[in-house]
Amino acid sequence: MKILVPVKRVVDANVKIRVKPDGTGIDFANVKMAMNPFDEISVEEALRIKEAGLATEVVVVSIGPDKAAETLRTGLAMGADRGILVKTDARIEPLAVAKLLKAVIAAEEPGLVILGKQAIDDDSNQTGQMLAALLGWPQATFASKIVLTDGGATVSREIDGGSETIALKLPAIVTTDLRLNEPRYASLPNIMKAKKKPLDETTPEALGVDVTPRLTVLGTVEPAGRTGGIKVASAAELVAKLKEAGAI
Amino acid sequence: MTTLIIAEHDDHSLNEATAKTLTAAKALGAPVDILVAGLHCRAVAEQAAQLDGVAKVLLADDEELAHRRAEPVAALIVSLADGYDAIVAPATASGKNVLPRVAALLDVMQVSEITKVISPTVFERPIYAGNAIETVESHDPKRVITVRIAAFPATGTGGNAPIETVGVPTDTGLSSWISADLSTSDRPELAGARIVVSGGRALGSAEKFNEVIAPLADQLKAAIGASRAAVDAGYAGNDLQVGQTGKVIAPDLYVAVGISGAIQHLAGMKDSKIIVAINKDPDAPIFQVADYGLVDDLFSAVPAFIAALKG
Ligand SMILES: Cc1cc2nc3c(=O)[nH]c(=O)nc-3n(C[C@H](O)[C@H](O)[C@H](O)COP(=O)(O)OP(=O)(O)OC[C@H]3O[C@@H](n4cnc5c(N)ncnc54)[C@H](O)[C@@H]3O)c2cc1C
Ligand SMILES: Nc1ncnc2c1ncn2[C@@H]1O[C@H](COP(=O)(O)O)[C@@H](O)[C@H]1O
Repeated sequence: MKILVPVKRVVDANVKIRVKPDGTGIDFANVKMAMNPFDEISVEEALRIKEAGLATEVVVVSIGPDKAAETLRTGLAMGADRGILVKTDARIEPLAVAKLLKAVIAAEEPGLVILGKQAIDDDSNQTGQMLAALLGWPQATFASKIVLTDGGATVSREIDGGSETIALKLPAIVTTDLRLNEPRYASLPNIMKAKKKPLDETTPEALGVDVTPRLTVLGTVEPAGRTGGIKVASAAELVAKLKEAGAI
Repeated sequence: MTTLIIAEHDDHSLNEATAKTLTAAKALGAPVDILVAGLHCRAVAEQAAQLDGVAKVLLADDEELAHRRAEPVAALIVSLADGYDAIVAPATASGKNVLPRVAALLDVMQVSEITKVISPTVFERPIYAGNAIETVESHDPKRVITVRIAAFPATGTGGNAPIETVGVPTDTGLSSWISADLSTSDRPELAGARIVVSGGRALGSAEKFNEVIAPLADQLKAAIGASRAAVDAGYAGNDLQVGQTGKVIAPDLYVAVGISGAIQHLAGMKDSKIIVAINKDPDAPIFQVADYGLVDDLFSAVPAFIAALKG
């Protein structure tokens, strides 16, 4: 079985982004980019499944500009076998990402697709669910444990109030949550090896997918900031202040 | 036309997230129906019918909907979609699971976690862990929207809407529910609590977390929350994680104990009315958003806080 892992190139999680003063978007100048943290977790999980002898190939796919190839190389350095770049400079919304992935899946025929639960830039939390819908496949979102069974998968998922376990028939879509695993670091030899691994390129046009956005961004602003308050000297003063403020 | 809300519930009681979603849905300006999907959940439909300003409640009560798996619930919503030009759910674990599936089946781009309705097609939503607010306009024939519940007050009761039963499409049997492991607690629910006490990595163990945080939460009648570090280390349950990828809350009072205040944590609590931080590092970023900061060792400061509250 082949596992497909969509990986997104996003602003590094440790960077505090700035909004352009003219309200036209985020300032990306000199900002460090990285693989979406949830997608690292997905790659790790796919590799573990392969290492357990339950999958034959792990293919990473990214939709984005030329530079998204770097994100694919990160996945290859972790241990994925092959990369596919769907090259576009356009703003691609989750619905269009799902349609592009569907087209890739038609050619690749994976038995399992593992996505992140959310991209930490747009915070949409949609793509996996949408892809499952377009394919007519079952879905297990927010996975904290994946066990492959004969022709299926048993997945524990994080929900409000705790967790639940569901069974899916394969092929299926899983989206990963933070507690699924601890992603590995790529070793230097593996980073070198990754440079020679196959990386194919295609485009939305070649895949026959209309990626016209459905949402127009009218503006982007920084949220009203919070000004820091005061330091109190003791627990007693804290309680006095909270009473004064009517908080307790 | 009309707006359809997907109710959040556990087959017994209607979750307050629904009443908050209703407030957002009403701002769209059209009549609002509420769908209650589940098993043996008529009591929930009756509660939904009492919310103020609901046109009607649709009740889908079926074995297949027992645990609200995404596939049958999405199919149900799509089967009803013709009559609606907006479909709205709270951005709870359940809403986030089901609604994008509905959106894709309708060939609509979902607008996720709106915090403001500007017009029936224009919304505000946070991106980048709340470090930017985007205003977006939807050009789709229908709107599919999830609502950040912390951003809207709950609509009250006083209504008496009719309840109508709807049929359920046949499930394709691609998934099945096996079990759930739910925490039981007498404390207020994190998502809707007026006061929240959260603990971080500094607590050091599940035992200490419980020994230090629980009595303070008891004293304040507060819900308990946690940082990701505390959840990952097993000090607290995953559903207690506050932050960008956990729960986003806005209580009247938020007390952060031994939490540094990473961007991702702030994303989940910086809209709280009053923030208190207890941290031994005077330079911890949490103090930049705290109204009242106490620089002290939490293991002595929290007991002193409790004593002062009792005092
Ligand atoms: C993709 C992604 C998503 C994330 N999502 C979330 C999220 O949703 N929520 C979240 O919280 N985090 C999230 N994080 C993690 C986040 O970046 C931080 O790592 C995390 O919030 C740190 O938790 P903490 O403050 O408990 O631990 P630390 O950062 O280790 O802070 C511990 C604090 O305790 C203080 N301290 C230590 N001992 C004492 C003592 N005895 N008395 C008083 N103070 C003491 C220290 O000074 C320090 O400030 C995410 C990260 C990524 C990459
Ligand atoms: N441009 C992209 N390229 C590859 N994968 C993507 C892209 N956008 C989203 N994804 C996948 O979808 C997941 C959820 O993203 P989102 O729905 O945007 O929050 C991510 O974690 C990725 O696995």
